[in-house]
Amino acid sequence: MRRWLSRRSTVAFLMCLPLIVLIGGLVIYPACYAIWLAMLNKHMTRFVGFSNFAFLLRRDTFRLVVFQSCLFAVSAVMAKALIGFVLAHLLHAIPGGRQRVWRGLLLVPWVVPLALSTLGWWWLFDPSYSAFNWLLARVGIAPVPWLGATGWARFCMILVNTWYGAPFFMIMYLAALKSVPEQLFEAASIDGAGFWAKLRFVTLPMMRNIISITVLFSLIVTFADFTIIRILTNGGPRDTTHIFATYAFEVGIASGDIPLGASVSLFMLPILAFASIFILRGVARRDRDMAAA
Amino acid sequence: MTMTVSRRQALAAAAGAAALPLVHIRTAGAAGKLAVGFWDHWVPVGNVVMKKLVDAWAAKNKVEVTIDFITTVGNKLQLTYAAESQARTGHDALAFVLWDVRNYQSSLAPVDDVVEPLIKQYGQINPVIEYLSKIDGHWSAIPSSSGTQYKPACARLSFFKQAGFDPEVVYPAKPVHTTESDGWTWQKMLELAPKAKQAGLPFGLGLGQTTDSVDFVGALFRSFGAELVNAKGDITVDSDEVKAAIEYMARLVPHLPSDIYSYDDASNNRALISGKSALIFNPPSAWAVAVRDNRPVGADCWTFPNPSGPKGRFVPSLPFFWGIWKFAKNQSAAKELLGWLCEREQVETLCNAVSGYDIPPFLSMADFEIWAKVEPPLGTVYNYPIRPWHNSVPSIAGYPAPPEIAVQMYNRATLTTMIGKLTQAGQSMKQVIAWAKDELEGFSR
Repeated sequence: MRRWLSRRSTVAFLMCLPLIVLIGGLVIYPACYAIWLAMLNKHMTRFVGFSNFAFLLRRDTFRLVVFQSCLFAVSAVMAKALIGFVLAHLLHAIPGGRQRVWRGLLLVPWVVPLALSTLGWWWLFDPSYSAFNWLLARVGIAPVPWLGATGWARFCMILVNTWYGAPFFMIMYLAALKSVPEQLFEAASIDGAGFWAKLRFVTLPMMRNIISITVLFSLIVTFADFTIIRILTNGGPRDTTHIFATYAFEVGIASGDIPLGASVSLFMLPILAFASIFILRGVARRDRDMAAA
Repeated sequence: MTMTVSRRQALAAAAGAAALPLVHIRTAGAAGKLAVGFWDHWVPVGNVVMKKLVDAWAAKNKVEVTIDFITTVGNKLQLTYAAESQARTGHDALAFVLWDVRNYQSSLAPVDDVVEPLIKQYGQINPVIEYLSKIDGHWSAIPSSSGTQYKPACARLSFFKQAGFDPEVVYPAKPVHTTESDGWTWQKMLELAPKAKQAGLPFGLGLGQTTDSVDFVGALFRSFGAELVNAKGDITVDSDEVKAAIEYMARLVPHLPSDIYSYDDASNNRALISGKSALIFNPPSAWAVAVRDNRPVGADCWTFPNPSGPKGRFVPSLPFFWGIWKFAKNQSAAKELLGWLCEREQVETLCNAVSGYDIPPFLSMADFEIWAKVEPPLGTVYNYPIRPWHNSVPSIAGYPAPPEIAVQMYNRATLTTMIGKLTQAGQSMKQVIAWAKDELEGFSR
């Protein structure tokens, strides 16, 4: 026993045990329970296999939710990645202490609790008393139904998610940029490379891994977003801004069909799991290639 | 001294003992600890008075009662049921709202022994309460006055008087039926709506996804006799009545504010309080806040029943309940306390504390004096509870469909979505009906 306890692997395991228990209790158990719930009938009295998922696929409204979730997640992640990339480069070009000030300021949206900041945005978009509309009225532009018309409402939710999430990309990309050896840029300059050539042949290849991981992470988190839609539109108008989480809540908690709600929330699991494996495999391969080089 | 027990006495004692578990004996079982989650009343003094009442009962019955006031903001109350019913632990009793009794019925202890005596004592109960909580002939929850509300019209007197319809005359603050009240119809409202818009006070009637929008449209549909699904569960959405109700809304919508599709439950309140709307359908909370924040508007408000349609006058009702979990450790004390809180004296105390906001579940309790006393203006909420001479019926959107279907129609805002598809998305009536049919088939699974 003493020998077993003195082994490094045993000590490592014991030190990790609290975390394993925590993850098991708060992540693995709820996930397995959700999968189990998704395979029960409405009254949770009978096992029905995948019929909840098959049922969902036949519903027009659910297909709309799938489309909206993809539109929301893909648009928001692309916008966040692009804005984060540009901001990181701009910040990287600012010298010394001023960079710290700007970095702090640009991180504010990510630091403020999302529910609070979304409430602030909601006041700006408010149907009756929108501050934006007040400004537009000053210059003679008709009020915009920010949250009342499908197109505008979708735009607003993507905008708020981008505003909130872009600083995360910015800070990750900035860290990646700082880790690119300066000699590579110098060598590229000597070879006559301009800004775009350096970006294409030095910066992007060196940042590929961090870009892949942040995009993957953000995609998962954005697909699971709830707060922004719940506060801004509650799925309206006419269900045209519902995404998986808000629709799952409406179906599962509000309408008392917990198995169907669980099915909605689990719908993206296989797709995201596949994407994760694909992206992480690419990251691992590039790591191996770099190590070999 | 020796005691002899005759065979007859022994039989009587055995019969009595055998009957014990079958009946709820008041006072006998009430003891020990009890944890209750009440609704966190938006009028803060409502919680204070509730606590005082419960403390008084607890002291008298020697029960240690723990109270939590749980808000419905952010669906915290609903999340509490979900968690407690899955974990099978938590409070002994909780406040339930609307369809939640149906949703959690299998986890709730029957309370016939509490509700039936109350009905015997106080008479007819709000039919919406019965629809939501009497399941297969048994009461699954105790109707609570705390939080229960109607959503009648709350209108600006100055505009309506100018438009030739004086709510103080049509619905005076006294027990009288006026002939003018028979003329308060949806058609009349359609005549007044353009005038209100012209005056810069369009009616604040939302077509969003939340309860205020769904409730008012539900009452409108019922007054047209429009049922999406009938009591047997048959889909009846493709009917002349449904089309008539939607067509009516299509005529009304151009005279409403342009942002109605994104209304939430606070939008109509804000429209009234800020002086931008002449009429909303809401409990007197909007009026109360107007009195606090914009007194000239508050003093210009009058509450009265909804307009009537071809099939009658219906007033949206949003009831609250108290449910006792099957796994509750002290069901007996919970029944004792909650039954006591339903007695007229306690209901009136609670109602007075919240200036008449709470609606008693029993129609016989619509005679509390508080509704005549509240001001400004004096008598403004006299017609908030349904009075016998109003010829009004409490209503809930989705009725008379089987509740397991109706709950989905309600929470998924099927009615307002149908209207939005026609009036905002430009779909034809045929497309709207086809979409609704498909949705309803899904709800009936």
